[in-house]
Amino acid sequence: MADFEPKIVAFLCNWCAYAGADLAGVSRMQYPANLRTVRVMCSGRVDPSFIVKAFKEGCDAALVAG
Amino acid sequence: MELINRKAVFKPYAQAIPSSFAIEKLDTAPCRKACPANLNVQGYVAMVKKGKYREAVEIIMEDLPFPGILGRVCPHKCEQSCRRIETDSAISIRELKRVAADNVNLSDIPVPEIKPKDKKIAIIGSGPAGLTAAYFLAMEGYKVSVYESMPETGGMMRYGIPEHRLPRKVLDNEIENLKRFGVEIHTNTSIGKDLSLQDLRDHGADAVFLAVGAWKSLKLRIPGEESEGVSDVTSFLKEVHLGNLKKVTGKVVVIGGGHSALDGARVALRLGADEAHIIYRRSRAEMLAEPEEVEEAEKEGVKIHILTAPVSISDNNGKVSGIECIKTELTEPDSSGRRKPVPVEGSNYIIDADHIIPAIGQEPEIDFISDTGIEVNKWNLLKVNEETLQTNESWVFAGGDAITGPATVIEAVEAGKRAAGYISKYIEGEELPKEWQEEPPMGTDWADIRENEPVKKRMQVPTLDIEKRLSSFDEVALCVDGETATSEAERCLDCGGCCECYQCVPSCKAEAITAETHGQQNETVTINVGSVVLTPGLEPFDPSGSDTYKLDEFPNVVTSLEFERMLSASGPTAGHVTRPSDHKEPEKIAWLQCVGSRDLNRCDNEYCSAVCCMYAVKEAVIAKEHIGEKFEPSIFYMDMRTHGKDFEKYYERAKSDGVRFVRSRVHTIDQVDDSGTLSLRYATEAGDIEYEEFDMVVLSVGMEPTVSATDLAEKMGIELNNFNFAKTDALAPVSTSKPGVFVAGVIQGCKDIPQSVMEASAAACSAGISMASARGTQVKEKTFPIESELNDDEPRIGVFVCNCGVNIGGVADVPAIVEYAKDLDGVVYVEENLFSCSQDTQEKMIEVIKEQKLNRLVVAACTPRTHEPLFQETIRNAGMNPYLFEMANIRNQCTWVHSDDKQIATEKSSDLVRMAVSRASLLEAIPKLSVDVNSSVLVVGGGVAGMTSALSLADQGFSTTIIEKSSELGGSAKDVMKTWSGREVQPFLSDLVSKVEKHSNIDLLLSAEVKSASGFVGNFETIVTSNGTEKTVQHGVGVIATGAKATETDEYLYGKNPNVTRWHDLENNPEKLKNADTVAFIQCVGSREESRPYCSRICCTASVQQAISIKDEKPDTNVFILYRDIRTFGERELLYREAREKGVVFIRYSVENKPVVTEAGDGLEIEVFDPVLQQNVTIQTDILNLATAIEPVDTEDIASIYKLPVNEEKFFMEAHAKLRPVDFATEGLYVCGLAHYPKSIDESIAQAMAAAGRAATVLSKASIEVSPLVSQVDQEKCIGCGLCAEVCCFGGIILDEVEGKGKRAFNVPASCKGCGLCASSCPQKAIDMLHFRDEQIKASISAAV
Repeated sequence: MADFEPKIVAFLCNWCAYAGADLAGVSRMQYPANLRTVRVMCSGRVDPSFIVKAFKEGCDAALVAG
Repeated sequence: MELINRKAVFKPYAQAIPSSFAIEKLDTAPCRKACPANLNVQGYVAMVKKGKYREAVEIIMEDLPFPGILGRVCPHKCEQSCRRIETDSAISIRELKRVAADNVNLSDIPVPEIKPKDKKIAIIGSGPAGLTAAYFLAMEGYKVSVYESMPETGGMMRYGIPEHRLPRKVLDNEIENLKRFGVEIHTNTSIGKDLSLQDLRDHGADAVFLAVGAWKSLKLRIPGEESEGVSDVTSFLKEVHLGNLKKVTGKVVVIGGGHSALDGARVALRLGADEAHIIYRRSRAEMLAEPEEVEEAEKEGVKIHILTAPVSISDNNGKVSGIECIKTELTEPDSSGRRKPVPVEGSNYIIDADHIIPAIGQEPEIDFISDTGIEVNKWNLLKVNEETLQTNESWVFAGGDAITGPATVIEAVEAGKRAAGYISKYIEGEELPKEWQEEPPMGTDWADIRENEPVKKRMQVPTLDIEKRLSSFDEVALCVDGETATSEAERCLDCGGCCECYQCVPSCKAEAITAETHGQQNETVTINVGSVVLTPGLEPFDPSGSDTYKLDEFPNVVTSLEFERMLSASGPTAGHVTRPSDHKEPEKIAWLQCVGSRDLNRCDNEYCSAVCCMYAVKEAVIAKEHIGEKFEPSIFYMDMRTHGKDFEKYYERAKSDGVRFVRSRVHTIDQVDDSGTLSLRYATEAGDIEYEEFDMVVLSVGMEPTVSATDLAEKMGIELNNFNFAKTDALAPVSTSKPGVFVAGVIQGCKDIPQSVMEASAAACSAGISMASARGTQVKEKTFPIESELNDDEPRIGVFVCNCGVNIGGVADVPAIVEYAKDLDGVVYVEENLFSCSQDTQEKMIEVIKEQKLNRLVVAACTPRTHEPLFQETIRNAGMNPYLFEMANIRNQCTWVHSDDKQIATEKSSDLVRMAVSRASLLEAIPKLSVDVNSSVLVVGGGVAGMTSALSLADQGFSTTIIEKSSELGGSAKDVMKTWSGREVQPFLSDLVSKVEKHSNIDLLLSAEVKSASGFVGNFETIVTSNGTEKTVQHGVGVIATGAKATETDEYLYGKNPNVTRWHDLENNPEKLKNADTVAFIQCVGSREESRPYCSRICCTASVQQAISIKDEKPDTNVFILYRDIRTFGERELLYREAREKGVVFIRYSVENKPVVTEAGDGLEIEVFDPVLQQNVTIQTDILNLATAIEPVDTEDIASIYKLPVNEEKFFMEAHAKLRPVDFATEGLYVCGLAHYPKSIDESIAQAMAAAGRAATVLSKASIEVSPLVSQVDQEKCIGCGLCAEVCCFGGIILDEVEGKGKRAFNVPASCKGCGLCASSCPQKAIDMLHFRDEQIKASISAAV
C-alpha cells in the first residue's frame, strides 16, 4: 500500500470550493497531486450518477466540496 | 511601527484592485541633485548593493563616460548632500562608483544602437570636457573628431593628475572605450598651429567645441619668481609625466591649497625630495582639496603651513635658496562669504628651499583664437552664453577650464555633456535659449529616515603603505572588496523611492513596464462632467507624539490599524500575532478605546468615531481565534457603542468567548521590563486605581477627515463643518453646499462601511437625478461579429497552452503538454504562449480561429473564475459563441500547488487539458438570455424612506407606485420634532408629502396592502388591495420600506401610571412638561435584552436631545437619564456633552440590576444602583419617559410574499451586511428605512436614495442580460412530481397545469441561478443544465482517469 496513489475526482462548487482551490494556489500551498477537478456551478448539481460514473471509470475516491 | 519593508516597486496589498504593481517615485535624491553631471547616484549605489556592477556602470555611463576616473578623483559634492549625515555619516559614494568600475570590463558593455548622421563636429582638446562632449555627440550619431595638441589624450587628467591618484591604465581604458562609440582622436594636432578653425570649417565641421583647458600658470607676482628652481605646478607635473623629470633633490615648497598643490608636493616626495612644504594663505577649512587628500599627503610627510603667504623668493646666484613668508590672519567673511587673508605685520620668516612650485591657478592659452573673432572676457577666459556654452560665433561652443579657469573633472564633464546637448540642438536647427535656465527648485519629498535607523560606520578605504607609496607611483587608495561595498551601499536611505535603475523593465516579461510606462509622470487632464461625487475617505488619528500613549516609545504599543495588518493573512506577519519587541506570541493584549475620539485633552476630536468599539471587539475575537484559548483580550472603554445591525449580538458573543470588557479610563502606560511587557494603570468606574500587565497594547484610533479634505473642499467650493467634515443637511445627507457636488463616506462624518456604501449609492442616485435627461447619451454599445452556426460540425478544437511567464512554464514542461494535446481527439491546432491573456495573443487567437476554422477553444492557463470572460469576449470577436470555450486550470490548481515536482505537474496539466478537451468537444452554442425591463417601480411603505425612494425614482422619469397601509403618508416621522442635528422635521415632512402627492410619475395607493406577488427582476407583478379593491401592479423593481415602530412595554409602570410615557409622547405634550420639576428617562427598555438582543440605535440620542430641550426650556428642572451605555455615536457625542454641561444627570444601570419604579404620592420613585457612588440612590420624579425598543412592522408578511429573508429580530436581511446594504439577494428588490434596522432620519433618507440608486441601475435598461446557463425541463419526461420546484430557492422552476397532462415543471429562466439542484433531484432525469449537461460533466469524469 505504501506506493498507492489514489485517483480522486473532485466536484467543486464554482462559488466556494473551486474558489478555495484557486486560493490555495494563490497562497502557494502544496498538496498531493492526486485530485482531478470537475467544476460545477453548485455542489447540489452533483448527481449520484456522477459518483457512480467516477468509480466505474476507475477512480479510487470522489470528493464533493461546496 | 515598521511592519513591512516595501520596495519601490510594490503591490499595495494582496487584495488591491487593480491587482497590479505600482512604482513609488519621490523627489530626486539630493545626491543626484548635488552632482554637477546629474549622475543617478541612488541608481548605481543600489546596483552595487546587489553586486550588479555592470548594471551600475551602465547607469553611470548614461550620464558620463568615465566611471573609473571619477570613482577616484571626483570631489564628491554628492556626499555632502547625503541625508545619511543626519544619522551618522555620508555614504562613500565615490568609492562605490570605483568599485563598480574596477569590477567591470568596459568592452562587456554593449554600445547602444547608433543611427549615423551626416553632420560633423570637431572638438578641440581631449580633456574631460572635450571627450564627454565627444561621447554624447557620437551616441547621437554625429561624426566626431577630437584634436589634441599633446602627444597623448586626456588633457589635465593625464598631464595634471599624478598617477598615484589616477593610474594611467584606468585613464587609457576609459578613453580607448570611446572609440567603440565612433569617436576619432587626433593627437599632436594643435589648432592655430597645425590647423585653423577655418580649416575645420572647410573640412565640413558643422560645429566646433573648444575644450582647450587652462594650461597657462598664473604668476605669483613676487620678487625672485624668475630664479632657477621655480617651476609652476602644471609644467612640473607635465614634465614628470613626460618622463623629462625623474628626480628631485633637496627641499620643495609648493604654494597653493588646491588639488594640484597637494599633487605637486606628493609627486616631489616620490621623486626623492628631502622635504615637501605647502604654504597656503588661508586656513584648512578653505583648502579646495578634500580633507582626506590633505590627510594622506601629511601622512606621506608633506608639511602644510596654513595662514602663510609668500613674500619673496631668495636666491643664490640665480638659483632658489629659500622663500620668505609672512603669517596671515583671516578677516570676517565679506559680502561673498569669503574670508580674506591679511598679513600679520612682522611675522615674516624664511623656509629654506631648493625648488618652488607655485600652484595658484591657470588660465587658458588663447593665442590661437586671436584672429577668429571669438570674444574673451577680462579674466582671459573664453566668453560664452552661460547656458548654451555658445560663443559669439554661433557654430563655436566652448566649455571646461577654458571658460571657468581651473576646475574639477566632474565640472568639465558637465560642461561637455551640456555642450553636446546644445550643439546637437544647434545643428538640428532648434532655437537655443538666450539666458541661463534655472532648474526647478529641489523637492524634498524623500523617503522618511526611520526613527530607529541604526548607526552604521562609513566604510574605511584601505591605502597603500607609506614606504611603498614614496618609492613608486602606485595608486594610494585601494579598492574595497565586494562585501564591504555591499554593506556600504546598504547604508543608502533610498531617498528618491524608485532609484530609476530600470532593472524592472527587462524583468517584466509581460512588457507592462516599459521605458515609456516607467517614465510616466503626473499629468493634468480635463474631464467635462455633470456632477461630482467626493469620497476621499479618512485618516486614522495619529497618536504618535502623545506622551500618554507612548506609541513611539514602547515597541509593543501599536495602533489598531497596525494590529489589523498583523491579523491579516496577507499582512507582514502572515496573520500570526506576535509582539514587535521579541516576536513572541502575546498572551494578554489590552485595547484602549477612544484614542483620538471623544477627547478634548489629547486631541481636538470631540466627536465619537463610531466604528472603534466594534472593530476592537472584532480584533479581540479574531486575535483569540488566532492565538487560542490561553489568550486573554481586554478592552478598556467608556461606553461600548455597538449600535450597528447585529453588532450587539457580536458584542455579547465576544463576552461569552472570553473577551473582557473593562469600563475604565487608562491614565498611564509603562514598560515594566526589557522584554517590552507593558503595564496599565487605570481607574475603574468606582474610582479604584488598578494596575495590570499586558504583552501588548492596541490603541483604538479614531477617524479624522483626510488632510487633503480641506484642500479639496476649497478647490470644489464646498463648505466644511467645525471638524473639517463636509457640511451637509440632515435632510439631504449627501448633498454639499454646492449643487451638483455630492459626498459619501467619512468625508461627511465618521461612519462604518455599510453606511458609507449606502451613501455612495445615494450620491450616485443624486447625481443621476441631476443628470437624468442625459442618461444613456454617451453610451457606446460594443458590437460583435455575427456568430457562425455550429450545426453538427465535427469538433475542431484549438488549444492554447499558457506559460504565464514562469508561473506555469517554470514548473510544468509546456512544450510536452503542447505535444500531448496535439494527439487528443478533435484537436486540430495547439500553440504555447508566454501569456495567453496578453493583447497580442487575443489578436492571434482571433486569427487562428478564423484560419483554422476552429469551433471550440481550450485555454490551459489560470482559473476560469478570473479569465473566462476575457477569452469568451475574444472568441465572440472571432464570431464564435462564447460558450464554446473551456479552460484547463493548470496554474492555480496545478503548477502553483505542485511547484516542487516538474514531472507530476506536467502529468497533471496534461490530464487537465485532456479533461477540458473532452468536455469542449461536447459544448454547445448557447444563445444570450435577456429579459425586458418594465421601467416602473413599486414602493411598499409611505414613510420618509418610501417617499424619498419614490421621489428619487420619479424625478428620474420612472413611473412609481407607492402603497401605504395607513390612510396617510408620513410613517414614524410624524412623531419626530427634530433631527439629531436640530433640523425641524414636520415642515420637511409636509413638503415631502405634498411633492409625492403632486408628482405626475407617482401613483399613490393609501390604505393598501400587498396581497401576493410573482415574477422576477424586470418583470414583477404584485396584487394590491386598496380600500377593498384589488389592483395588479406590474413593476420592474420593488423597494421595501415598511418601517418600524416603538414598542409598548409592561415594565416600569408603563400603562399603569399616566406619568410614565415613552419616546415622543413627552415632548409632544408640553403641558405636562411645564409642571414637572423632575424628569427621568430610562434607556434600553426592551432593547439589548434576551428577547431583543439588539440596540435600537437612536434612543440615546433622542433622550439626550429631549433632556437638553427640557433644560433649555426650564433650566432648574432636574433631569436624569438612566442608561446602560450612552451611544451618541459620531457628532451626536456633542449632544451628550452639552447635556452634561447643562446639568443632566446620567446614571448607569446594568441589565441584571434594573431600576425599580414605584408610585409615590403624585409622582414616581425610582431606585437605582449608582456604580460611581457604589450605592442605591432614589430619585423622586414627576415624569418618567421610556426609550422602548424599536421593532419592525409587518416584515414577515412581505417577506413571505416576495420570498425575502429576515433576521431573527424580523428586520429584513440585506444581500451583504457591508457591501450590499440595500440590495436583497433576490435581484430587483431593495430595502430601506427602519424595516432594515432602526436608524435616524438622515440615515433613512440616505438609504432610501441608495435603494433608488440601485433600482435605477435596472430601470435604466430596456432589457437586462441574465446568465443563460439555466435549467431545461424536458416536459415529455416530466411526471409533475414537483421535487424540482420544491428544492429551488429562486423561483427558477415552477409547477403549472398542462392541459390533459396534469402538472408539469416549467422553467423561469430569468430567475434561474443555474445551480442544478433541480437536475440532480429529478427522479425522471427530465432536467438538464445548459453548459453543465450530464453528458458534458461525465465526459470530464471519463477523461479524468
